[in-house]
Amino acid sequence: MKRRNFLTVAGLASGSMLLPIGCNSWVAQQTNINNRKRLVVVFLRGAVDGLNIVIPHQAEEYYEARPTIALPYPQESNGTLDLDGFFGLNPNLKELLPFWQRKQLAFVHGCGSPVLERSHFQAQDYLENGTPGEKNTPDGWMNRLLAQLPKEQPTQAVNVGVTTPYILKGKMAIASIKPGKNSAGRIPTDNFAVGKAFKKMYSGSDPLSLAYQTGSQAREIVMSELSQELKLSSRGAKEVNAFVDDAAEVAKLMVGNAQTQLAFMEIGGWDSHVNQNTLLERLLPSLGQGLATLAKGLDSIFADTVIVVMSEFGRTVRENGNKGTDHGYGNALWLLGGGVRGGKVYGEWLGLDSGALFENRDLPVTTDFREILSSILHHHLSVPGDRLEHIFPNYQLANKIDFLV
Amino acid sequence: MLSRIKHRRGKLAKCLTIMIFSSLFWLNSSVYVAAKELPVEEMHILSRLSFGAKSVDLEQVKETGIEAYIQSQLEPKSIKESVLLEKYLAKHDLTIQDPIKLHQSDVTLRDQLKNSELSIEQERQLDRQIKALNSNTLNDAIDVHLARAVYSNRQLQEVMVDFWFNHFNVFGQKSAVKFWLADYENQIRQHALGNFSNLLLATAKHPAMLMYLDNKNNTAPASPGGKENKLGLNENYARELMELHTLGVDGGYSQEDVIALARIFTGWTMDRLGKKGDQSGFFFAENRHDSESKLFLGHKIVANGVKEGEQALQILAEHPATAHFISYQLAQYFVADQPPESLVNHLAQTFQETQGNIRLVMDALIHSQEFNDRQYYGQKFKTPYQYVISLVRLGEIKAPSFKRLRGMLFQLSMPVYRCVTPDGYSNTQSAWLNPQAMLQRTGLATAIANGVLNKNSQVQFEQVKQNLGAISPQSQQVIQETPAKLRTALIMGSPEAMYR
Repeated sequence: MKRRNFLTVAGLASGSMLLPIGCNSWVAQQTNINNRKRLVVVFLRGAVDGLNIVIPHQAEEYYEARPTIALPYPQESNGTLDLDGFFGLNPNLKELLPFWQRKQLAFVHGCGSPVLERSHFQAQDYLENGTPGEKNTPDGWMNRLLAQLPKEQPTQAVNVGVTTPYILKGKMAIASIKPGKNSAGRIPTDNFAVGKAFKKMYSGSDPLSLAYQTGSQAREIVMSELSQELKLSSRGAKEVNAFVDDAAEVAKLMVGNAQTQLAFMEIGGWDSHVNQNTLLERLLPSLGQGLATLAKGLDSIFADTVIVVMSEFGRTVRENGNKGTDHGYGNALWLLGGGVRGGKVYGEWLGLDSGALFENRDLPVTTDFREILSSILHHHLSVPGDRLEHIFPNYQLANKIDFLV
Repeated sequence: MLSRIKHRRGKLAKCLTIMIFSSLFWLNSSVYVAAKELPVEEMHILSRLSFGAKSVDLEQVKETGIEAYIQSQLEPKSIKESVLLEKYLAKHDLTIQDPIKLHQSDVTLRDQLKNSELSIEQERQLDRQIKALNSNTLNDAIDVHLARAVYSNRQLQEVMVDFWFNHFNVFGQKSAVKFWLADYENQIRQHALGNFSNLLLATAKHPAMLMYLDNKNNTAPASPGGKENKLGLNENYARELMELHTLGVDGGYSQEDVIALARIFTGWTMDRLGKKGDQSGFFFAENRHDSESKLFLGHKIVANGVKEGEQALQILAEHPATAHFISYQLAQYFVADQPPESLVNHLAQTFQETQGNIRLVMDALIHSQEFNDRQYYGQKFKTPYQYVISLVRLGEIKAPSFKRLRGMLFQLSMPVYRCVTPDGYSNTQSAWLNPQAMLQRTGLATAIANGVLNKNSQVQFEQVKQNLGAISPQSQQVIQETPAKLRTALIMGSPEAMYR
């Protein structure tokens, strides 16, 4: 067992004095230093079409390549929202425009993995394990990152979801909250006698016991943080979007006593082989609203936060035969937060001329995703330069792009 | 089958004692069915070939021997189906059997809704009808699926359906897939222990798959149908067919092969009215097909209409990479998350030698040294689906509420027919074990022990203990130290119940 991992377990042993639900003493004992930098990663599974998110509206080739799915010019109705005179934002993300204007939103176009991979699952794996080309890495880069940060509460890293994504897999314990409403709803093991019995059953150091222990300890904290949230949100409208709810909860955990420093969220369903624009019209607004909700909820600590939105690969520059796009390569990576030098589209843009395309079909990858992430780790989260190789082995930070405040 | 259950006096007396101890619930209790103990080697086989052993399984193995059990499970038709299941299917399966009619009724309602002269009330009424049709269809299909897993005597067949459905996954909420789900699954069931190329062909031609991976739209842009409808190529199915269904991601295909295969499958579409072609719902639209010859995986595919796709499927089914990929997945599902290479190679060889005879590959797997190696006993962490179904079986809960089971699987992030991505649900520990999951599993175990699935079929601690087999000394000690009324919850939420 690694030493850090042992510390986690030791912490859990003393956590056996955890108090019954509803009593806040456990968290009250914590120091209230809450001034660290934060990172949220939002993963769009299924490969979102970056060219219809950050649109090169001045490139003639864009309209030629996409006769039915190119978004209208900025001047036209429902047209692209101009960003910098050349690029524009998908109008379904209008909630994000104010952040761009306040220079808190940036994009890196042509970002992706240095290893070409058009399989969703393999490509997601590479972005999550942080070792493109190496399939069998046992852990994800966010878990390795957590191991490099000064250890704090069991809610230091939070996953929104009931299964652990590759990016968070590894030796460090990760707390999780259920997506959607009722993250803090009652469960049978909240019953004192039942909880006590299972606690005894899972008091060992085997994987099931460790998971159970982390789960109940993190639950204490999450419960006390979100029980109020629960009361407030239950008066909401019937059709509340799950991602927006989740974003509000993540913000609450980051701002409050849970002191969450790293969070991971995901949204699926971006694989737009057919009728792409309808799909984007359905999915983008809630993503935009969710990100805006997260930013608003972070409030004063928004300045200390970087939110990264990424997706496994981009899609073909030319539309396919079904008003959709097929699997491509380079994509746009999104950066939001007070820690971002925003109002700019970063990355090397080679144009959409067929000669500039990768394999005559895709946007090439001109920025390695690890460059952006390493930069955030080093400059924003203050991971020392010589520790970066533990998170992204075989990658040397080039400091190629200066996108952080 | 039921007549074979023998109540043994000693056990019955023991059971009564337990019932008195668990005084809170005993009035409601169903009778504990005792069976003889089996050796750990045989319990291991039962736990992997079924969703959980019941006393009747233990009795059968004791009586006929484990080999006869294995052979009968490999020949599902030789097993008389459970009366309970047949009754259930007679009542519910008929309502979801004809996908064409179901799909048509949805289309009819939607067409009516387009009528601009409807009053607001009429529109609402139609809207409600559409919603009801859609949700009832999906829920019925799920309930029938759950009923088979819980009740079927052909347990290995249902386990194989779980394996193959995830292998050839479709998402029940995409377009009209739900109307075709039960039919799709029945096709898979039919070939689950049959020949791999037949299974592959059945999925390739099924409307559920044609819709899910978009091949129904896949069209040669230069074909008459392509020009007329402004349709073109769609690579989705071609890629996933090689990556997930046959060769595997490292199976040695290129982007050119993906495009060639997509061209080969142009025109493979569906006719939801079931009037064209063989009237099954599959339809080959010649006028949307790419009529040039193609080069696919080094094979020259001569222009030959629908036969090209069949030829390509045969090439894929016979490819050594496919034998290896399927073998790896079977070994992972049935033996270990990181399956021993020796076993994978052995199965791959069997797969090739038998032209993809799944029954013979499974026979080789079950009799392999690796499968029977003690180091792998009780090491497969159950998926939420396997876990929940096993609790129902181990506890011998009569007439469980399928609606509740559906809800539980939703909570555990493994709702039936709702895996969005084509790789299906994973079956490894690393995919499913995490802090939140442990809280949920122990919570659901408690709820089930307290009768949430059927308040009139109270679960007996002794029943679960017997059907589970050996329990570790640690778990045993904790259970002993716990008040009797919590013991069923505890054993159902124990590590032994979470592993198979």
